[in-house]
Amino acid sequence: MRVLNKKAISRRSFLKSGTVTALGLTVMGPMVIGKNNAWSATFKTIGADDAATLIQMARDTYPHDFLADRFYAKVIEGVEAQAGKDKAFKSMVGKELKKINSAAKKKYKANYKDINRELERVDILKSNEKSPLFQKIRGDLVVGLYNNKEVWPKFGYEGESASKGGYMSRGFNDIDWL
Amino acid sequence: MAKFSKSDGDVVVIIGSGAGGGVLGMELAMKGIKTVILEAGGRHGPQDFVNDEWASFGQISWLDKRTTSGDWRVSRDFSGLPSWIVKAVGGSTLHWAGASLRFQPHEWKARTTYGNVKGADLLDWPIDAKEMAPWYARAENHMGTTGTNGIPRLPGNNNYKVFAAGAKKMGYKQFHTGNMSINSQPRDGRGACAQIGFCFQGCKSGAKWSSGYVSIPKGEATGKLECRSNSQVLKIEHDKSGKVDGVVYADKDGKIHKQRARIVCVAGNSIESPRLLLNSESNMFKNGMANSSGQVGRNYMRHMTASTYAIFEKPVYFYRGTTMAGIIQDESRHDTSRGFVGGYELETLALGLPFMAAFLDPGQWGREFSASMEGYDHMAGLWIVGEDMPQASNRVTLHKKIKDQHGMPVPNVNFSDHENDIKMRNHAWKQSTALYESVGATKTIQTPPYPSTHNLGTNRMSAKASDGVVNKYGQTWDIKNLFVSDGSQFTTGAAENPTLTIVALAMRQAKYIAKQMSSKAI
Repeated sequence: MRVLNKKAISRRSFLKSGTVTALGLTVMGPMVIGKNNAWSATFKTIGADDAATLIQMARDTYPHDFLADRFYAKVIEGVEAQAGKDKAFKSMVGKELKKINSAAKKKYKANYKDINRELERVDILKSNEKSPLFQKIRGDLVVGLYNNKEVWPKFGYEGESASKGGYMSRGFNDIDWL
Repeated sequence: MAKFSKSDGDVVVIIGSGAGGGVLGMELAMKGIKTVILEAGGRHGPQDFVNDEWASFGQISWLDKRTTSGDWRVSRDFSGLPSWIVKAVGGSTLHWAGASLRFQPHEWKARTTYGNVKGADLLDWPIDAKEMAPWYARAENHMGTTGTNGIPRLPGNNNYKVFAAGAKKMGYKQFHTGNMSINSQPRDGRGACAQIGFCFQGCKSGAKWSSGYVSIPKGEATGKLECRSNSQVLKIEHDKSGKVDGVVYADKDGKIHKQRARIVCVAGNSIESPRLLLNSESNMFKNGMANSSGQVGRNYMRHMTASTYAIFEKPVYFYRGTTMAGIIQDESRHDTSRGFVGGYELETLALGLPFMAAFLDPGQWGREFSASMEGYDHMAGLWIVGEDMPQASNRVTLHKKIKDQHGMPVPNVNFSDHENDIKMRNHAWKQSTALYESVGATKTIQTPPYPSTHNLGTNRMSAKASDGVVNKYGQTWDIKNLFVSDGSQFTTGAAENPTLTIVALAMRQAKYIAKQMSSKAI
């Protein structure tokens, strides 16, 4: 059976991974910096602090421990872009995040992204499940995360096949464990 | 390639170019009848289809504004997308998986066979299996259906092998790789299937039959067929006597044109066809065209559908090869000991990672969902397709306020499951879950129906004018030179994928139209 190696390290992440080990996302000015300085993104409109919260929310919504934060951050960059064009949307994001953080502080004595346990963060998300912000992030993630071609190999999905002659001689019927 | 004048009142105008319209156009042209197909979408073919689910969705889907209501989950999860169909030359035969099944004889007589099912508006078709047999044979030959005409069946992929192993464990007897209109060997100038996958995205190799790049070019080669793309019909017009005499359509720039016609055939799929008839109201036809019975738009059917996905300890790579790679037919029988009338088919199905995320369990999030997604390459899956009960209240109506880009009222699709549909779905989920567990599934997921691909009914065929919209040839009861040529004429849905029946009905209708024309009846 032609089995794919899902753990192959891409050249890019190999080159960028340093020796510095950070515990979480670093916020610096308008910039959010990923663990091990593996990536960074600028969030001038929504601000780095809110962006880091949204990135954590994104991970908690569709948690895949083998995906780096940059894949989640990519979706939040879309939120940043929309906030830059749409004032009402920007204020909705700020307002809803305040609500989430105040609920987090009330119940777990910390801002959302600073709550250590996933179960507790998810508890906060659950009680905000119907909010327009959560629905927006969830909807964007369904397409933005799973339609990112870079993540496909990590799920064992090969994508386009016509240019490779299909699967006729590449394992369409090679199952060997039945 | 023919080009007819817009003022040519001798042409037959067909609205839509899918399984019904595309095949009808080919058949009429081959009989020497001047025919114009007006297709709302653009023209695409194997050269520009893309192996990319969302990109393809944007390229060929029908994305015009629609609204939904009723208790179906599609209305909650995909409120603006009641159906997943195509706006392009070839219509939904670009998107279809290729399953080509004949109705079972009893399914032509649902009212007689199933009796008086409470809450259902069942009718018998005014035609039967014997009448349709030669037309099915003609359709299978045209489409190159495997398992017919000496055409070998396709090889089964990994998804099929898991499915077949489970079928065996369950004691099922009738399972195989299907009757598929996908070339298993070169035929009719097209090559054999290369097991590319992406059957829903338009077949890149052209091995799968589609009216868009198989039937319509055959019609065009006669010099009698013009297929005018990017031409969305907004209204059918009639003369003082009440006969239709032309259609109004918008081109891709929104510019309005009029095409005169001797005969008009509506084949825009079961949402657009009734919408067009309703939008063609006039002083003479105040409730819409061909609607003296009040039946236009009613009895919308979408098949009882659902999916079951199963995750195994070891990999499957179910997306490799044909999207629909096999079928179990044992449950398609009518056997009320299971607690419902009618039956269902089990057919393998695979989605790419992007669509799996969107459809596996719409709206869900968190670890449980993510864990299922992480099992993607260890998944096998199947689609359940069974007969749903026609209900007059399941219907396509015109939205009172919302208008489309051409200023026409958009359709609202109202649908609620019948109790029989729910019982059948639960039975099918139970059986298919047991099937996958019998071969070692560690997790199974019961996935709700996708936006409708099998849109049926809404202009149904009936023996009596008061019960339906068209007679047994798809000719409207009210207007003799107005026909319905798509799945909207289905009286009941049967358990089988509808395309083969739509094609067979179109071929039969072509013969009737030609005869009526030569005898000057129309």
